[in-house]
Amino acid sequence: MPIDLEIVSPERRLLARAVDMVVVPGAEGDLAAMPDHAPMIVLLRGGVVALYQGMQVTDRYFVAGGFAEITPDRCTILADSAVPVDQLSRQEGDDRLRDAEQAYAQADRSDVPALEPLLDRMQSARAWVETADAG
Amino acid sequence: MPSLKELRARIGSVKSTRKITSAMKMVAAAKLRRAQTRAEAARPYAEAMQRMLAALAKTVADRENAPPLLAGTGSDRVHLIISVTSDRGLAGGFNANIGRATRRLVQRLEGEGKTVRLLPVGRKGADYLSREYRDRIVERIPGSAGKDVAFAAAEELGARVAAMLAAGEFDVATLVFNRFNNVMSQTPTEIQLVPLALPSNDNEVGPDEAAYEFEPDEETILGRLLPRNLQIQLYRAMLESAAGEQGARMTAMDSATRNAGKAIDRLTQNYNRTRQANITRELIEIISGADAV
Repeated sequence: MPIDLEIVSPERRLLARAVDMVVVPGAEGDLAAMPDHAPMIVLLRGGVVALYQGMQVTDRYFVAGGFAEITPDRCTILADSAVPVDQLSRQEGDDRLRDAEQAYAQADRSDVPALEPLLDRMQSARAWVETADAG
Repeated sequence: MPSLKELRARIGSVKSTRKITSAMKMVAAAKLRRAQTRAEAARPYAEAMQRMLAALAKTVADRENAPPLLAGTGSDRVHLIISVTSDRGLAGGFNANIGRATRRLVQRLEGEGKTVRLLPVGRKGADYLSREYRDRIVERIPGSAGKDVAFAAAEELGARVAAMLAAGEFDVATLVFNRFNNVMSQTPTEIQLVPLALPSNDNEVGPDEAAYEFEPDEETILGRLLPRNLQIQLYRAMLESAAGEQGARMTAMDSATRNAGKAIDRLTQNYNRTRQANITRELIEIISGADAV
């Protein structure tokens, strides 16, 4: 029994497909969404979403963070972008990492809640570069 | 009675006006389809976000230290009004309706003794509001200039509004925009953004919405979801407004084209009548000339 996977960005639906299992990069560790999973709302870190047919990974997409809603028959990923891992550009990852580090360097260190999104941005950019390198 | 030459010139000028208005109608129709497609494409994300927020709000709403984006600052002294209009005119009452709705809101709030600050999106609204409320305008945000609405624009505006809230520059934020009903009709609509007006769906909770687990905890997710939700709300308003603008322009240009057609008919009839009168007069002159000989 497959589940319906949807990856949507604010501007459009990026992907909609039935899969047997999908592994999403949760902020506190990877999670596998399978049929009859308990309903969950998960914050995502920058990382790879892996689509499974049977026990085989069929597709891998990089998401730069977002949210996922898991229900017994559905998995909806809210992300700004989803890029197939083999099309991920190392160059763009480097650019993002540089921008994120710059923003962090200029940020006000005393304002801790405001720092968190910046830290996330750096994590996501690093994951981008690593994923691009690993292919 | 205008001369034949004058009439010919006027017919010619109304004809070229009709050409322009009918071309503008075609362009608006094409842009409308595009804008509608984009508005539809944005729906799945917004709907999923609404579901998550509704689930979260149930668990967090009654807690003490709810984030300001959800619960407000606890005061309602300073109101921020974000009104979304287009950059271009010739769209019937599209922009004037928003201007009037904003003005009514400002008058009501100031009548209650509140401070009002304005953040107009789109040039037309900014022009309208700066006539009367120049000193209350925080900044004029440029609209999409008839091009596709980019999410980046809404993202930036949302971040700006969130930063203003964090800096204590306002207590309540209201969004005024044209809701797209159909091609013919757009309704000026007010939505309260801060504190967040959640859809009250207590009586229609689906079975799978009953008990979500959250990872990490509710507060962290809510802290991330709320700024994003603000951006999404602004984005949706901008999209609906963009579609509405094209719809309003299409309707306005359609009736302008029809009016021009009517004017041409009238002028042509006038022209023919004058021409006939001239011929008759000349004949009479010739005949009475011949009689006199």
